[in-house]
Amino acid sequence: MVKVEGVQFQYGAEGPRMDFPDFACAQGERMLLLGQSGTGKTTLLHVLCGMLRAQAGTVEVAGRDLRASSDRDLDVWRGQELGIVFQRAHFVQSLSLEENLALPHQLTQGRVPAEVLERMASMLDRLGIAHRAQARPHELSVGEQQRASIARALLHQPKVVFADEPTSALDDENAAAVMDILDREAADATLVVVTHDQRLKDRYPHCVTLQRQDT
Amino acid sequence: MRLGLLYQAWQNLKAKPLQTALSLALLGFGVGMVSLMLLTEKQVNDAFERNIKDIDLVLGAKGSPLQLILANVYHIDAPTGNILQREAEKVLKHPYIASGIPLAYGDNHEGYRIVGTEHSYVDHYGVEVAEGRLWEAPFEVTLGARVAANLGMTLGDTFFSAHGLKDQTDIHTDKTFTVVGILEPSGSVVDQLLLTPMASIWNVHAHEGEVVDPATREITAMLLKKRNPLAVLTIPNTLRDTNMQVALPAIEVNRMTQQFGLGTSALRAIAMLIMALSFASIFISVLDNIRARRHELALMRTMGGTPSTLYRLLLLEGGLLSVAGTTLGLILSRVGMTVLGQVVENQFHYDLSSMGILSSEWALAGAAVLVGLLASAIPARRSLRLDISRTLSEA
Repeated sequence: MVKVEGVQFQYGAEGPRMDFPDFACAQGERMLLLGQSGTGKTTLLHVLCGMLRAQAGTVEVAGRDLRASSDRDLDVWRGQELGIVFQRAHFVQSLSLEENLALPHQLTQGRVPAEVLERMASMLDRLGIAHRAQARPHELSVGEQQRASIARALLHQPKVVFADEPTSALDDENAAAVMDILDREAADATLVVVTHDQRLKDRYPHCVTLQRQDT
Repeated sequence: MRLGLLYQAWQNLKAKPLQTALSLALLGFGVGMVSLMLLTEKQVNDAFERNIKDIDLVLGAKGSPLQLILANVYHIDAPTGNILQREAEKVLKHPYIASGIPLAYGDNHEGYRIVGTEHSYVDHYGVEVAEGRLWEAPFEVTLGARVAANLGMTLGDTFFSAHGLKDQTDIHTDKTFTVVGILEPSGSVVDQLLLTPMASIWNVHAHEGEVVDPATREITAMLLKKRNPLAVLTIPNTLRDTNMQVALPAIEVNRMTQQFGLGTSALRAIAMLIMALSFASIFISVLDNIRARRHELALMRTMGGTPSTLYRLLLLEGGLLSVAGTTLGLILSRVGMTVLGQVVENQFHYDLSSMGILSSEWALAGAAVLVGLLASAIPARRSLRLDISRTLSEA
């Protein structure tokens, strides 16, 4: 479901070249991409999401060869097949929470099917933020925003979910709670967690550690 | 759930009420000013055109030629004085003159002028009788349509005239006018006049039993139609040693509109400047949106939005602002026209209340929306080059 082989990336012509380790992650599997600052975690995440294009190697995610796909195809593909939980919860501030959650469907299909709304209500209920469905993003607490961000990434039932530092600012208890939610809600998807948080090593045995790139 | 681009654009505009209100106010005010000027110009020009109909020359007392025209053709100024009827008829007999309509006035009823004239005046403007008949005997009056409507007068009503063109202080209570007819609305100056035989005007100031000497009868003006174009050059020479003059309505009105034209040009320039500012405001608003909402835009790209989706969203926001601002402007100009029309109605009894959208206003609206779209299309192009990875990494 996620396959990386011989991937190299360089920012511009003068930037340092980054070489990433090979790894693969099967359908429904969970894995950790662990690395400290400067190891290229975010760069690799963006390569895996098709937001950056690797200069060499193979990047296959959800059955798609990202290096061979056009930008437009990748835009639509991201909305259909990927769920991304960002380190900082981003929302469209002018839309309500439920509208934000429905946005990927609107953007990829041009409409929001009724069954999505039912699924949304159920998911918001499980995450304990159903009562905030009509709230604007800035009216939500940080915890509510994080749960909403997870809901948005999973509502369209993506094949692959990428979570960027989902526990970085949380204490042990809250970190465990967030990861429990992610595990539960993304049960059918492949989950790749990109983090520097060593606490998650025990949770996911499949772990690829990224090394600092000095070239 | 309604979540189309139009809805999103509307929500985005609503989320910045001050910025949106400023852009709307600027565009609305600019379009409104231009539209109000177009409306006013059109209605005033139409009124001038309608009333000048086939009147080549106006014969009256010496004084300002423009005043002579405004007073006797449009009835919006005081007359320059009176002239002897027998002297005026000499001019009428000139071979270069085809016909003339005498006007005699100096009194009013409730601010509406009582004009002594002949039936040819009504014929000249092609006005039909709606009720009753045209005046025949002295002190019989046929009302213009607006006079009848505004004063609520009907056939058989009687009234006294007041001296002067507006005052209601010096009322001639010894002479009673009787309404014998009401005219159809015509859109001409006739609508706002009370028409009566000239004898009414002469007799209203005469003492009981006194007969006005035909040699001293005065009229205010005579509207002349020329037979020969040379009349324009010849007639003034024949009046050199009299207290009379002829004025050419077409020339005087043209001169007046040119003088007004300087003022309206300045106003139009100010309105255009305001419109330009509003387009700059839309430009800045969209540009600012792209900067302030770049994380949102990048986020939308991660959720299936293509660069063209973002571009259309931003374009829609500018388009909505332009359409709403232009609509607001057209509404404002109608409000302004209503207020202005009320003032003109009270002051001059002219009706400037036509509110239909002029073809020039459609052109103005189309241009405003197009320029507004362009003002948003240029900065919106930045969204096409948005670097999602870098933008999301900045957050």
